[in-house]
Amino acid sequence: MVVGVATTGGTSIAPVAQRRSRTGYFLLLPGMAWLGIFFAIPFVTLFMTSLQAPVEGSPGQYVPALQISNYASAIAEYWPQFLRSFLYAGIATLLALLIAYPLAYFIALKSGRWRSLMLVLVIAPSFASFLLRTYAWKTILADESPITTFLNALHLLPDGRILNTSIAVIAGLTYNFLPFMVLPLYAALERLDPRLIEASNDLYANPITTFRKVTWPLSLPGVVAGTLLTFIPAAGDYINAELLGSTQDRMIGNVIQTNFIEFRDYPIASALSFMLMATILVLVFTYIRRAGTEDLV
Amino acid sequence: MKWLRSHLVGIIAILVLVYLFVPIAVVMILSFNKPAGKFNVSWNEFSLDGWTNICGVPGVCESFLTSIQIGVVSSLAATVLGTLIAFALVRYRFRGRSTTNLLIFLPMATPEVVMGASLLALFLNLQFPLGQTTIIIAHIMFIISFVVVTVKARLQGMDPRLEEAARDLYASPSQTFRYVTFPLVLPGILGAALLGFALSFDDFIISFFNAGTLVTFPIYIWGAAQRGIPVQVNALATIVFISALVIVLVIQVRGQMKRKALSAAVVNPAAIDVLPRS
Repeated sequence: MVVGVATTGGTSIAPVAQRRSRTGYFLLLPGMAWLGIFFAIPFVTLFMTSLQAPVEGSPGQYVPALQISNYASAIAEYWPQFLRSFLYAGIATLLALLIAYPLAYFIALKSGRWRSLMLVLVIAPSFASFLLRTYAWKTILADESPITTFLNALHLLPDGRILNTSIAVIAGLTYNFLPFMVLPLYAALERLDPRLIEASNDLYANPITTFRKVTWPLSLPGVVAGTLLTFIPAAGDYINAELLGSTQDRMIGNVIQTNFIEFRDYPIASALSFMLMATILVLVFTYIRRAGTEDLV
Repeated sequence: MKWLRSHLVGIIAILVLVYLFVPIAVVMILSFNKPAGKFNVSWNEFSLDGWTNICGVPGVCESFLTSIQIGVVSSLAATVLGTLIAFALVRYRFRGRSTTNLLIFLPMATPEVVMGASLLALFLNLQFPLGQTTIIIAHIMFIISFVVVTVKARLQGMDPRLEEAARDLYASPSQTFRYVTFPLVLPGILGAALLGFALSFDDFIISFFNAGTLVTFPIYIWGAAQRGIPVQVNALATIVFISALVIVLVIQVRGQMKRKALSAAVVNPAAIDVLPRS
């Protein structure tokens, strides 16, 4: 989706006439079968696993059942991590939007012949290992680091440190998913006709009014795509919470991972995954709909 | 003051770009470090150990090669499957289009932890042994959608008159495909394959769920993070980063040169000699 949003901004050409023949189905079949077997069906097994009951006396063994209480106990035990995930992901998404917008705006409207180089530079950080880049923030945000010392001198840090606090986790999430925000914003702004901004200026709108009435509304499709592409992976992420946060900052991803792989409590972990997916889908569709009906067209 | 105001967006944009590269600079600098304790997080002393003895720590290079193998196999397979889907979507009419589109969109809108967990639930219920095969299956699954989107964009951006011209010149459908359509779509397919390799090579979450005891490069780093990441890992990551950057920049520059030569040829047919014969 990132790539698609970023590359479809070119000239529009009359489409080639589409043929109706069996070949179409043959082309689709292998790939769609793969997605059906290894993406769609696993959701069914995930749901079935989330209702399984433990076998008495042999831990890690489960039998098919209809134990809906798994969901109740998952919520009762892990609701703080659930809420925290959405809170952290939400804050990180807003910060990423604030940081990404000027960059996307500049690349789309002001960069001239530096445009393609700047786009490469936006994607380039992803070539370095995600885990190592996150780990590097341990160095940048360490207790004696310049940035921590500076913020402490201004008395801005409630705990006197950044590493192993929620600030570090949110900072990591903001950093890691920033390109997912920049690219869709760029794609939307690139389609914006600069003459509209000129017209607004000619009509004596100040820069803030121009931004509010022209640029921002026209970039909304990019804002919607970018916030979704940042929020979804951020809400499910557990790498940042594990490497940069304390045990007080664990997110739902951490819980799913430990329950699945370490505790082998498959039903609870499946119930949590299922609820995470359902919540995200509900949020996504409400969000798209609201943004769509109010402002998009 | 006025200068600052009119260049404000540009200055912020450059600062954001710099910010994107700060952690990478840290990774590179620490590859020349000789850590004081077991954790390589703060600068201690210059050393070339990470570079001269790059496979010196057991497991590092093995995991690196495992990741390359998995990346090659899964990106190739996903590129074939995804390209076929992209052709079907753009060139053919068929029933069930919206279901198809949904099934392609959803993997990109699903958190990795959910995909990893649900696939693991499937393998556990089937009692399928975890290892390289399960990781490759998982990677092909999540790469397909990205390939479809990339190749589809390229196909839709193609000038249909080129294929019409081929047909007008009595090329058979298979000749048109072989000499016109395929070469034009090829850069999109190659781009999709590269993207797929990058996604597979760097994937941690889905791999970790479905790896069993197999150790890929990201899984090695994850394990090492608890007991101290060896400098060799930083050196290898630096190599990967720089080679990927070089590949992308070369593709960019070549593309620009080709476009320049083409537009020159349109203006002045004598300039056609400049075109690279490929």
